[in-house]
Amino acid sequence: MGGNNKIVAFCCENSACAAADRAGKIRLYYPDNVRVIRVPCAGRVDVLHILKAFEKGADGVLVMGCQEEACRHLTGNTRARERVKYAEILLKESGIDGERVRMVNLAPEMAHKFAQEVSEMTERLKGLGPTPIKNGGPQR
Amino acid sequence: MIVAERKPLEEIKEMIAGYKRILIVGCGTCVTICWAGGEKEVGILSSQLRLAFGKDGNELLTSEVTIERQCEREMVEELRDKVQEVEAILSLGCGAGVQTIAEVFEETPVYPALNTKFVGMPEREGVWVETCRACGDCLLGETGGICPVVRCAKGLLNGPCGGTKRGKCEVDPEKDCAWTLIYRRLEKQGRLDLMRKYYPPRNFQAVTRPGKVEALQA
Repeated sequence: MGGNNKIVAFCCENSACAAADRAGKIRLYYPDNVRVIRVPCAGRVDVLHILKAFEKGADGVLVMGCQEEACRHLTGNTRARERVKYAEILLKESGIDGERVRMVNLAPEMAHKFAQEVSEMTERLKGLGPTPIKNGGPQR
Repeated sequence: MIVAERKPLEEIKEMIAGYKRILIVGCGTCVTICWAGGEKEVGILSSQLRLAFGKDGNELLTSEVTIERQCEREMVEELRDKVQEVEAILSLGCGAGVQTIAEVFEETPVYPALNTKFVGMPEREGVWVETCRACGDCLLGETGGICPVVRCAKGLLNGPCGGTKRGKCEVDPEKDCAWTLIYRRLEKQGRLDLMRKYYPPRNFQAVTRPGKVEALQA
């Protein structure tokens, strides 16, 4: 079980979503604390999406895109990697550990890698503890 | 365009500590282009502040708005309704923008979230360089459109100096020697004779500070 830590996984519909489906179909075990958000490409994920996820109470964020050189939109996965790096810096500035966000590259058939990444993030979050922001301070 | 850079989050946090409701105002012109104070940067700063305040157990209510130009009173006036609902304003405009907002809403404290750096242009994606010092006495017509006042580290009018080496500057070997650039440009234009022209010391009073320009047309 994944405990109380919430993980938001932004998954590219061309790779990570298929990997997540496959993990379910072949009945692989992975923690149940992950919420998959389907995106048309990892390049669609913006730093603001990542920050908002934390504001809304996520403890960790995974951005999952296609393998290097295999992006259907050519550079979506490399852009996503840069944005994840930027999000790490922004989070650190706000006093939140940058290790809570991670970029993952995988292919549609890599169900085991999907499960492994979610498990690793869950373990990492157990060490870091929950984020201090809960039930979203985000008021507008 | 005017190039600015965002202040560190820690400094911004200290400025607005004690307020519970703030308005974060972006500017849609120069600072949007240099990725410092546009709509996106407003969203990021707002989110970062809410996370940082939330982490410390404090509540911060933010509203976000980006107007086309913060340096024009008419455009700043559009904010009046929003300003009435907050205790302070955080501006992501250049220094002129911050001062225009402060002038229009005299009773509300305004804080700058950016450090205004210079007048410049993009060198490549994400990098901007200073290209104009706003000296008020332009000589670009005679230097092939390259300004020695700002692009030469020593501001030499009669260059290059003895420190130029393979087209780079002795002050910073990463930077191009402005006078080498000027020479190459004038060479392309067949105007190398201009290199022999002597420029007397500059008139540094061409613009008295604070500068003021009045248009002749009505």
